[in-house]
Amino acid sequence: MSEEYSVEIVNPEKSFLSKNDVTEVVVPAFEGEIGILKDHISIISFLKPGIIKIFSKSGEESFYVNDGIIEFKDNNLSILTSLILNLKDIDKEKISEIQKSAEEELNKSDINDQEKYLLDQKLEVLKSIN
Amino acid sequence: MASLDDLKKRISSVKSTQKITKAMKMVAAAKLRRAQESAEKGRPYSDKMNNIILNLSNGISDIDNAPKLLSGTGEDKVHLCVVMTSDRGLCGGFNTNIIKKAKLYFQKILDEGKTLKIITVGTKGYDQLKRLYGDNIIQRISFKESKNINYFDADKVGKIVIEKFEKKEFDVCAIFYNQFKNVITQIPQEQQIIPLKTSEKNENSSEDNYEFEPEEDEILSNLLPKNISTQIFKAMLENSASEQGSRMSAMDNATRNAGEMVDKLTIEYNRSRQAAITKELIEIISGAESL
Repeated sequence: MSEEYSVEIVNPEKSFLSKNDVTEVVVPAFEGEIGILKDHISIISFLKPGIIKIFSKSGEESFYVNDGIIEFKDNNLSILTSLILNLKDIDKEKISEIQKSAEEELNKSDINDQEKYLLDQKLEVLKSIN
Repeated sequence: MASLDDLKKRISSVKSTQKITKAMKMVAAAKLRRAQESAEKGRPYSDKMNNIILNLSNGISDIDNAPKLLSGTGEDKVHLCVVMTSDRGLCGGFNTNIIKKAKLYFQKILDEGKTLKIITVGTKGYDQLKRLYGDNIIQRISFKESKNINYFDADKVGKIVIEKFEKKEFDVCAIFYNQFKNVITQIPQEQQIIPLKTSEKNENSSEDNYEFEPEEDEILSNLLPKNISTQIFKAMLENSASEQGSRMSAMDNATRNAGEMVDKLTIEYNRSRQAAITKELIEIISGAESL
């Protein structure tokens, strides 16, 4: 019982998901994936495009996120993201749309290394989904 | 006095105006509910964002190296004002209230000899400001096409603001919008977003020691641009709820006024009809008497 904690995902439009029987969450943090278990130290980190995996009593769920920031404190995990898609009912067209705009961005000459890195990551993840 | 026919025409025209205002009120009421809902749903995001930024900025020890978006450029010469209004009229004092608030601010800035730049979001704001401050308006944005308020529109505005900041085109940025209190009351707000005001800093200065990955300042410099979009998005949500609320009460008033007018005109119509009848009767009676 005691291995569970609560997670809340919010995007600007609404509270996307809220669960309190989560055992582990794996998030694509900027410097690599982080798995968060109960009683993790308080942490703030931001995300690169990737897959969030949520393991709970009721099963495993995966989401694609474009970006975001996470805060873990007192066994509450908050994930803030501007775009999140559930991998279960994902729309292929939507993915290719994001992919296309990312490719366009990447071809622009005035992007810095960090942006380029993030876009590369994004494309890689998107390709793996599609 | 107007003839009976004229009065009849006026009554029917006021009645059809009343029908329109009534319908607009209903539409606004329905839209208001939706706008209010989405404003409420959007709140957790911006609240959480604020919290995280507060925690982060507390953790920053070296103020001099803090990101410029947080600490400002150190100067206070050029002010950028983002004035957010609606795209449609017939919403009472909604736009005028924002503009009034903004104009006060503009005047203060100009009186102090600072440079003023304006971005208008929504066509009504541009219409009201172009005469007095036409030269100060550097950009006008309108989201007439998008049906619902969405984050990506807000993000676009946010990106424009940040781009201009990075090009050092301004030092201070403020946004103007109406905060939704209830259907009758909307409070015009002026909110400074660059540099970020962290006035509540000491209120809940938690002693939490966060682990940061990567470093605080790197997170912060990534987060602050997002926060600007978030603040703008929040303002847009508040604004749209306010707009519908304001329209609803304006149309409610208009409907009531039209009702009063119809009553008044009907009385006048009846009176003049009665007067005409009486006049005819007198004519008949006096005609009969003279025989």
